[in-house]
Amino acid sequence: MSSRPSIQTEDLARTFRVLRSKHYPAGEPVVALDGVTLEIPRGELFGLLGPNGAGKTTLIKILVTLLLPTSGRATVEGFDVRTQAHQVRSRISMVSGGEHSGYGLLTVREQLWMFSQFYGLATGEALRRIDELLGVVGLFEERHRKVQQLSTGMRQKMNLVRGLLSDPQVFFLDEPTLGLDVGAARDIRAYIKRWIADRPGRTILLTTHYMSEAEELCDRVAIIHKGKIIACDAPAHLKRAAAGGSYFVLDTERLDGADFLREIPGVARVDAAERDHLTELRLHLAEDGAIAGVVAALTQQGRRILQLQKVEPSLEDAFVTLVGRRMEEADEVRTS
Amino acid sequence: MTLRRIWYAIRGRAYPRTVGAMREPSWIFYDLTLPILGVVAFVFVYRALGAPPRFTGYVIMGGATIAFWMNVMWNMASQFYWEKHQGNLELYMMAPCGLVPILLGMALGGMLATTLRAVVVVAAGVLLFQAPLTVSSWPLFLGIFALGLVALYGLGMFFSSLFLMWGREAWHMVSLLQEPVYLASGFYFPVRALGLWVGLAASLIPITLALDGLRQVMFPTSHPGLIPVLWEVAGLALLAVGFTVLALRMLRYMERISRQEGRLSFRW
Repeated sequence: MSSRPSIQTEDLARTFRVLRSKHYPAGEPVVALDGVTLEIPRGELFGLLGPNGAGKTTLIKILVTLLLPTSGRATVEGFDVRTQAHQVRSRISMVSGGEHSGYGLLTVREQLWMFSQFYGLATGEALRRIDELLGVVGLFEERHRKVQQLSTGMRQKMNLVRGLLSDPQVFFLDEPTLGLDVGAARDIRAYIKRWIADRPGRTILLTTHYMSEAEELCDRVAIIHKGKIIACDAPAHLKRAAAGGSYFVLDTERLDGADFLREIPGVARVDAAERDHLTELRLHLAEDGAIAGVVAALTQQGRRILQLQKVEPSLEDAFVTLVGRRMEEADEVRTS
Repeated sequence: MTLRRIWYAIRGRAYPRTVGAMREPSWIFYDLTLPILGVVAFVFVYRALGAPPRFTGYVIMGGATIAFWMNVMWNMASQFYWEKHQGNLELYMMAPCGLVPILLGMALGGMLATTLRAVVVVAAGVLLFQAPLTVSSWPLFLGIFALGLVALYGLGMFFSSLFLMWGREAWHMVSLLQEPVYLASGFYFPVRALGLWVGLAASLIPITLALDGLRQVMFPTSHPGLIPVLWEVAGLALLAVGFTVLALRMLRYMERISRQEGRLSFRW
């Protein structure tokens, strides 16, 4: 196996010209990628983690030759994405979340056969691969069903099969479990893991903004924010890089607001989530002893503590440390 | 890329055009009933005026040809625009076969499916009105038909890239080009009636020359042709080559702009 990296970018940048609008009154250029340098060796399942608008999709579009970089260089399997697009295209495949590609009037098998033809597969070989892959993702029984009759989860499994038909060297997955129910997302993640485990030397680049997905699947994760890579390491190492101190999860009776807890000395950060008539607090404390102040403050408010647990820092905590806000907050900032 | 792989891509994209059309029963209404209704109206007008029976034949030929024009405008010219919104275009652009065979596949599928519809319109017209349709020279007839198809779908392929760049305006362009072409190309009457120069100007749309040429072959002694039939064949050959070259250049340009600007192929 060659030691050449599967994907390599050097100081990659992409700027979009934006017309004058409500959101961009000055009509100034928008920087989507800003000096991204990455090296992904063969055989790695690499994750790009970032909020909406961070530049994940732009990076993928450049790597799959759909978009030219404004500056910098990128290669896939040693081929320049700018000047050797054809060589890149014959070695890659991409599946995006929420994809509705193809034609609803075709059956699943027909649709996959159609896409296989664009990759030069003879019909016999194509149908053999289609049936095999449909069996693996649990869609074999649906092969004669029209695409328009499939559920969202089934459709995404079919898309996954579409992406794998050409047996790509590098597989790009852009938010592949976006909008799927828990079961379908789990099936897809399981197959992605199995696919790369069975094929040493193949590479997957996965973008997601689900922390758990990145943590479960990826050998290494790059956190991308405002077009820049701000950290890149194995999930375990990134978690260790989270700010020092202690992390606790505390369940209490429903709170109207958790701002008062942020005033307590030693409390670095509080994230509150409402569920099933209770509030789950994720606390980042300067040191273990600060939890006493939190417990006392809740007791003073007349709230019972239902559960208290010290936890290891998560990838989400690392993200908060690096970006300064949680993923959902970063998404909201962009939306607003 | 080998010819075999190009053919695979062409047939792959042609497949949904041919099979999909048969699975959508609404085509019977839109592509058969509507053209036949148009034919019926004009046949009765001509009969009321006491026009010779060959006018019924003109109208039936025109009705059959409408199916091709509608297919080219709605399913070729606008197709990349729809493909973009479905998310297919970016998958097509990153396929190793490239966009050319995919576009050719669209055209081939459209030709096959529409030829079937046109045959049904002609058969229905002949059965309903006993129109005198005979062919004086089959090689010439088939030659004109084939050249007309290539030129017409070449125009459609050219429009497909152009319309994609125009974005939403494409929809208006399709509507704008539909009815005026029915008139300018002489779908329901010999185009010569518009005068030589108007007819020649309308001949930029390949369907004008193709329809007039076919009518000349079917009514060799009585049809007032625009120009001699062999000139029409030469004109169609010129248009076929011209539009195909133009379509391929436009496609390359569209791909380049798309990669540079990122707005054409993405569903942003």
